[in-house]
Amino acid sequence: MPIEAVAQELAEIIKRDDADYIEAHLEESQTSHITYRGRELESIGRATATGGNVRALVRSGWGFVSFNSFDELPGRAELAVRQAQSVGSEASQLAEVEPVIDTKPAEPDSNPVSMPLAEKKQLLDEYNEIIWRTARIQTSTIGYADGYKKSIFLNSLGSHIVQERTDINLRLAAVATRDGDVQQVGLSVGSRGDFSLIQTLHQPVEQMARHAVELLSAPQVKGGEYTVVLDPVLAGVFVHEAFGHLSESDFVYENERLREIMTLGKQFGSKQLNIVDTATLPALRGSYKYDDEGVPAAKTYLIREGKLVGRLHSRETAARMGEKPTGNARAINYHYPPIVRMTNTYIEPGSISFEDMIADIKEGIYVRNWYGGTTSMEMFTFSAGEAYMIRNGKIAEPLRPVVLTGNVFTTLKNIDAIGNDLDMNQGGGCGKGEQSPLPVSNGSPHIRIRHCLVGGK
Amino acid sequence: MEAILAQAVKVAEEAEVFSVTSEETQVKFEANRLKHLQTKQQTSAALRVIKQGKIGYATTTGLDNNHNLVSNAVETARFGMPARFQLPASSAYPEVEVFDDGVESVPIEEMIRLGEELVTAVTAHTPGIVCEAQVIKGVISVGIINSRGGRADYRKSFFSLGVEGSLINGTDMLFVGESDSSCHPLSDSRAVSDVVLRQLDLSKNRAAVPSKSMPVVFTPNGVASALVSPLVAAFNGKVVLEGASPVGNRLGQTVFDRKLWLQDDPTLIHRPGSRPCDDEGVPSQRTPLVEQGTVTNFLYDLQTAALAHTRSTGNGGRNRGGLPAPTPSAFTIAPGSTTFDEMIRDIKEGLVIEYLMGAEQGNVLGGEFSGNVLLGYKVESGKIVGRVKDTMVSGNVYQVLKDIAAIGSETRWVGSFLQTPHLYFPSLSVAAKG
Repeated sequence: MPIEAVAQELAEIIKRDDADYIEAHLEESQTSHITYRGRELESIGRATATGGNVRALVRSGWGFVSFNSFDELPGRAELAVRQAQSVGSEASQLAEVEPVIDTKPAEPDSNPVSMPLAEKKQLLDEYNEIIWRTARIQTSTIGYADGYKKSIFLNSLGSHIVQERTDINLRLAAVATRDGDVQQVGLSVGSRGDFSLIQTLHQPVEQMARHAVELLSAPQVKGGEYTVVLDPVLAGVFVHEAFGHLSESDFVYENERLREIMTLGKQFGSKQLNIVDTATLPALRGSYKYDDEGVPAAKTYLIREGKLVGRLHSRETAARMGEKPTGNARAINYHYPPIVRMTNTYIEPGSISFEDMIADIKEGIYVRNWYGGTTSMEMFTFSAGEAYMIRNGKIAEPLRPVVLTGNVFTTLKNIDAIGNDLDMNQGGGCGKGEQSPLPVSNGSPHIRIRHCLVGGK
Repeated sequence: MEAILAQAVKVAEEAEVFSVTSEETQVKFEANRLKHLQTKQQTSAALRVIKQGKIGYATTTGLDNNHNLVSNAVETARFGMPARFQLPASSAYPEVEVFDDGVESVPIEEMIRLGEELVTAVTAHTPGIVCEAQVIKGVISVGIINSRGGRADYRKSFFSLGVEGSLINGTDMLFVGESDSSCHPLSDSRAVSDVVLRQLDLSKNRAAVPSKSMPVVFTPNGVASALVSPLVAAFNGKVVLEGASPVGNRLGQTVFDRKLWLQDDPTLIHRPGSRPCDDEGVPSQRTPLVEQGTVTNFLYDLQTAALAHTRSTGNGGRNRGGLPAPTPSAFTIAPGSTTFDEMIRDIKEGLVIEYLMGAEQGNVLGGEFSGNVLLGYKVESGKIVGRVKDTMVSGNVYQVLKDIAAIGSETRWVGSFLQTPHLYFPSLSVAAKG
């Protein structure tokens, strides 16, 4: 049964008066993937999925039922309401949002999933060939995935929103070995369904492979505090991990002590620091017109001139904190309820060139590219895929990959230079709780951080 | 399933259908209060075909769109890897008890009560702490049939309890937590909350750490956070076949400390990681990976085993709905003879690590780890004196596991995947913010 027909049925079913609020999501998706391990194609496949959920709110308790069988829809809605009833204990609060009836088609007309597999495979073959041309490469991995998703959002206020989106993600890694020593370098890119954006990576792929070999003879940095310069990719991961997650209000709204830390108006960084989250930018992986609660996307300043000025909300967290909803409630798929998430998060550009930024560093570290990052709100760690010593204002010898760590609050204050070269990284997927990976992007210009703790020998 | 198989064998030489149906119920507490009740139902089917000698693959939800599933699988087979294996014909499976019908009948009220007990135990101990807790029950049915007559099906039940607490003072944050899981219903919330209370007790005071090398004890949670991912990669037969495993050409050699014993065991009863067969219908077996420090086996699925001219170890797993790949079911590290207290008493100045955040983001394949001590304690003159912060611990798994000072005498499960004792290392690199 097409989900449009199911939506008609569900729209009637969720008009009940025994819950404070009910919403439903329906979804159908197609994906394809191609992976390589070594010279050989390892796996190629196609997947389709259809499913939905009903979420009910009663006296501030949530019930949630997900399913991929569309039989017995009234019974599922009934279960969600009964669950919410047995949880709730105080008045429900949801920020007011106008009901919306709208349809948002996918942005590029071409659906990457329906492109011939042969075309995708040929591009990946080219990239793999480049990696294997490099001397001393032991192996390579390539993971390509694309997706098309149509989702329908309904709620008891009468909203009916149909949104389509497409997505592409490509990860490549080159592995070099010598005498039991293994070094790897990766490259991760993505796009909002536009295949041409991943067709011109021949040069970066070649550099990646060469760098993996180079690392075999690179030294490991001595652990300790350094002045560190981050490239836009890693600085983007930094702003996502170190500050973005702290701005997600579901951590904050019921935690008095955290609310104190995150009081609006508090100084978090220098006057040049501006941090934004927005799902409104075209062609970025974190963008959408409406979030999974039917709230229109917004541009939210988190930090302006160093001061905390905003945070990310669902309808419930916004109401509880007496703030405006920001349209940041997202779920990775119908199997999960929406929770507060980032979209496209970035540091706004300043005015310093990269050369000026490193010019007065006697001994420091230049870090580029990323392996990953994680945060505990106060503490964060993120790992750089590439690292170089900075000596007397110049980029010097390459280092083995490094892990940077720090306290969010002191580190934001230790950012003392913000470059003029904002770039968005589309290769990331964000994980929170059990929901991973969610398409997001993050970005920044080059930034310089004083007194950053680096793990090492 | 039979209908899909029947359609598939009309257009391909061989075919296999793998289906999973699951239903789970979650009770979630947020900010010390009951907040969510969730029920999730899911059915999925995966079809693997071999057509003109090549592997094709497709998945779908539900079991009603057979035609698309078959045509998608056949389309991908044009580009697929040549199949080097034969699907298993009918096999005898070991008895592995992983189902308890008592799980399904645990009432929601009982799950809520367990969650409340967890939250109350922690908040009563430490006022001001904010807890999240969850209690989950569920049942999974797995079915596999193939065109060579292979057929397997089993049901598994699971039940888990967990609590995490965050305590904030100024901008200082402390995170504690523990969980437990089983195929039986769990009814003892104390076993979980007591671990958290102990973490809170040990974290009451703060202790300073110098930047230098020092002895370090990893608790079972600590082992899971820092040391296991490199081993999962290194003992994966596929990584071995590619030549990217640091232990790949060391079979039969003593690579680790002679006190180290590591195995993969999917036959342990009542463990959520166990099963009678893998996701390709190959019977489960216990596979020793390290015995007395010597590398003894790697883990294989059917295809990788064929390429490596060996036999599948029954480790074909399908992560996130992909093709089968070598996947451990449950890593277990054998206990030693030293108690945790004896380890602490032995240390003049060192650390205990409960959780090393971000340790697995570096060069995992090479065995390197480096992370921030999110939860850990300082040891001085044989006593735990307080919690450490702003501290990074780094090392290489292959170097540190070569020289183990002692292995703990008791093991503990971390999630459903790892059973390990405490591990005590004589010297690790520690960098602290001065």
